[in-house]
Amino acid sequence: MTRVLVRIPAPLRSHAAGASEVAVAGATVREALWNLGQQHAGLLDKVLDERGEVRQFVNVFLGESDLRQLDGLDTRLSQGDVLSIIPAVAGGGAR
Amino acid sequence: MKTRPAPTEPRVLRLPGALRERLEGFVLAGYPRETCGTLLGRPIDPGRSGAAGAVVTHVEEGRNLDVERARDRYQLDPEHLFRAEERARREGLEVVGVWHSHPEHPARPSETDRAAAWEGWSYLIASVDAEAVRELRSWRLADGWFIEEEVRP
Repeated sequence: MTRVLVRIPAPLRSHAAGASEVAVAGATVREALWNLGQQHAGLLDKVLDERGEVRQFVNVFLGESDLRQLDGLDTRLSQGDVLSIIPAVAGGGAR
Repeated sequence: MKTRPAPTEPRVLRLPGALRERLEGFVLAGYPRETCGTLLGRPIDPGRSGAAGAVVTHVEEGRNLDVERARDRYQLDPEHLFRAEERARREGLEVVGVWHSHPEHPARPSETDRAAAWEGWSYLIASVDAEAVRELRSWRLADGWFIEEEVRP
């Protein structure tokens, strides 16, 4: 079984019992995130939308690559891979 | 954007003078574009100091990917935030917040800022015009509202 590490940014740690990283099993990114949701249900809601896609204001990195430049949630994982959940940051001065 | 009065428990963002100057340098150099970046540091233990918050130890600038509307919008390069998270982990720090500038606008969060904000981070905003950074204020999201926190050296 492929096991990977998921890194949790500070704004989401309250949904992961304070953990900064969580080990999960998964052959693809989708499976790994679903298994993360089994351990920390509130966390998955912050990462995936109701259609099961990565939310607009979230980026997921596999190693040093943005998932959107790979095969998205279907990207296959290797033993020991590191997934990083990175909040997207946007805004602006006018209203 | 409506903001709520400060809660009973005060929060503080400690930004040492040299880092404030560094940030103001980024903001002025970028004017009239909106500039943005990350704040690395450590959370403050409220039990020891009386006020919860964070101490900033590094201020870095990232690219604003919203080139078309750079005068009134910003989108921080995800790659920059990823690198900041990696560096924080290596050095035993945390990304404690993000900063951005409001050219010719007050240093208050906009509705656009609120829509994309995350709880648990400080949102430091610098109001800037052609001459100088006029105002530097910090905000945190709580229950969907921005609450101001004190910025102190």
